[in-house]
Amino acid sequence: MAKLDPVLGPGSRRIIRLADSAAGTTPEIVIDHWQLLRDDDPLPSLDALPVLVSLARLARERELLAARPGAFGAWVPGDADPEAIAEAIAGLPLVAIEVPKFTDGRHYSLARLLRERYGFAGELRAFGDVLPDQLFYMRRCGYTAFELKLGKSLETGLRTLAAFSVAYQAGADQGPLYRRRA
Amino acid sequence: MYRYDHYDQTIVDQRVAQFRDQVARRLSGEIGEDEFKPLRLQNGLYMQLHAYMLRVAIPYGLLSSTQLRKLAEIARKYDRGYGHFSTRQNIQYNWPRLQDVPEILAELASVEMHAIQTSGNCIRNTTSDQLAGVARDELVDPRVYCEIIRQWSTLHPEFAFLPRKFKIAVTGSPNDRAAVRVHDIGVRVIPNPEDPSEHGFEVLVGGGLGRTPRLAEVCRAYLPRAHLLSYLEAILRVYNRHGRRDNKFKARIKILVGALGIEAFREQVDAEWALIRDGVMQLTEAEFERVAAHFTPPAYRELEPRDTYVAALKLGTDRALGRWVASNVLPHKIPGYSIVMISLKPKGRPPGDATSEQMELVAALADQFGFGEIVVAHEQNLVLPDIESERLPELHARLTELELAEPNIGKVTDIIACPGLDYCNLANARSIPIATRLGEHLDDLDYVHDLGDITLNISGCINACGHHHVGNIGILGIDKQGEEFYQLMLGGSASDDASLGKILGPAFPTAEIIDAIDTVLRTYIDNREAPDERFLDYVRRAGFSPFKERLYGKA
Repeated sequence: MAKLDPVLGPGSRRIIRLADSAAGTTPEIVIDHWQLLRDDDPLPSLDALPVLVSLARLARERELLAARPGAFGAWVPGDADPEAIAEAIAGLPLVAIEVPKFTDGRHYSLARLLRERYGFAGELRAFGDVLPDQLFYMRRCGYTAFELKLGKSLETGLRTLAAFSVAYQAGADQGPLYRRRA
Repeated sequence: MYRYDHYDQTIVDQRVAQFRDQVARRLSGEIGEDEFKPLRLQNGLYMQLHAYMLRVAIPYGLLSSTQLRKLAEIARKYDRGYGHFSTRQNIQYNWPRLQDVPEILAELASVEMHAIQTSGNCIRNTTSDQLAGVARDELVDPRVYCEIIRQWSTLHPEFAFLPRKFKIAVTGSPNDRAAVRVHDIGVRVIPNPEDPSEHGFEVLVGGGLGRTPRLAEVCRAYLPRAHLLSYLEAILRVYNRHGRRDNKFKARIKILVGALGIEAFREQVDAEWALIRDGVMQLTEAEFERVAAHFTPPAYRELEPRDTYVAALKLGTDRALGRWVASNVLPHKIPGYSIVMISLKPKGRPPGDATSEQMELVAALADQFGFGEIVVAHEQNLVLPDIESERLPELHARLTELELAEPNIGKVTDIIACPGLDYCNLANARSIPIATRLGEHLDDLDYVHDLGDITLNISGCINACGHHHVGNIGILGIDKQGEEFYQLMLGGSASDDASLGKILGPAFPTAEIIDAIDTVLRTYIDNREAPDERFLDYVRRAGFSPFKERLYGKA
């Protein structure tokens, strides 16, 4: 496969997303247009573009965002408190969790609790310091999409996602092996 | 012992393939060292002063003879013909090349071994009592639960980037040989106080050594066994979410427990646990039975008790045999059997090392004299757990062939030492030469035996990998204006009477430390109430003044 450039142009990029398939979910590389807005970034002039905003901004501007044809979702920091944000994110199509440094593992617990305890059903995406070799664990914690750090290979990410076909312990994806062992 | 089924084997095989791919990308430059570091650490590959060090996992210290032979072969093929047994029951190779490591891991996988999570900010090897399954004082064999914890912790997706490393130890005996009180989580397997036919756990949390030594506290007094994993998961989740990440030296769970206080910490754990305890993580009777089936007793012969025979050996005319039986042979719960400790602390050698030849001999002896099993003790010695007492003299003769019969288990020359400045770039001072010089100095075996049980631990820096805080005698190497000095501490214990040692006084330069230790030992011999008053008990009774007077000329 020819090497795919993750960055396509301003406002669009390639990411890995887990798509529903006969096998459960299958990771694929897709073109993505979600716009991540920090609190002082203006809304895009093309109002069909989907946007991600902070929860604070979402609370302030929800009506404005709902009036746009483009979808809206939220981004949250990797050390956010799941209890504090669960209600605010319920029903959103996409929540993106920012991984500040890949060595800061709090976001794994965050993703897992949002998925398993608070029943978040939308796309859970990791962005920031996201490296191919952490994707397998992220998937097991409930993430369904990965925006890799600039310069990192998506093809490698597809390969690392398939690293293991067996897991011992319970995750967001399945229960523990000891309940399935044959 | 636990034997892999296809699930277990698939996991280690796929792990090897994953690491092969990661090394290839490292060597091609696709990933840099920062990105590669946690990947290699979580496969046991740790950078030391001169070379990579590979730390291979030996779950709760248990090895088959086949596995030990493979470890010997790896030392010969890929290293310098020896391995080092660590204070957490693992084995370390000091000189592997990066490009050979995937192949080493593949060879380990072929004998159901791996180096998964032996380094890095993740859950490390679960360690246990080296006499598990055979000790007379054991209440419950902890190994079934160790294996269950091992599987739960292996490649756990949520806890691979904790604030810091995480260490769990399990014991099934009231005489704690696993040092559970100085682990992040310590688990005591106990009968249910209300129904002794059931087993459960006392769970301790927040112990550890290093720069801020601390004894663990009780988080849960009794946990029914079905809830083992959900409770551990609750502790780990609280730690992952709330442990400090701003300062590497304040990031262990003991800091969090200390800051919150055990009551508040326990409340957080219980709140989390309440939400998961009744879910899929509950362990099933089927799983307990499945794992327990791997730990059924071997085919012991029905023998007459041999305690009198063993006692007679201690006093026999063969003094070498007599001393060895006195210090290195322990009573076994099955009549007619003994537990044999193999000392890896021979005079003048680095403590805890074994050559490939020595490992192969031990494997052969395990097959010829036992049931093919060997256990690694956290004191960096080896155990042959099932030896017919009648065969002790024969076994002693065979061990003597390769210097494996040093009669010093539990004695002052059974030294626990970190690798120190000779290997480690964190160290301030060398530890191995102190250990070897001390062994050479204390070469009168009758004197060593007369001193009785004394633990002596040496660390080359304040990270305390030699566990000097819990040695009856603890030595800490420091750097004083570019010179190596050694601080002397007394009164530590890693056992169920756990205590942290205290410093005696000003540190000693390299030229004086051996004499200082000698003075400490003579002070004890001269002043103890009776020959059977243990060194530690004398220290606790008499305090430091007798020692300070002799060492520094004042109380």
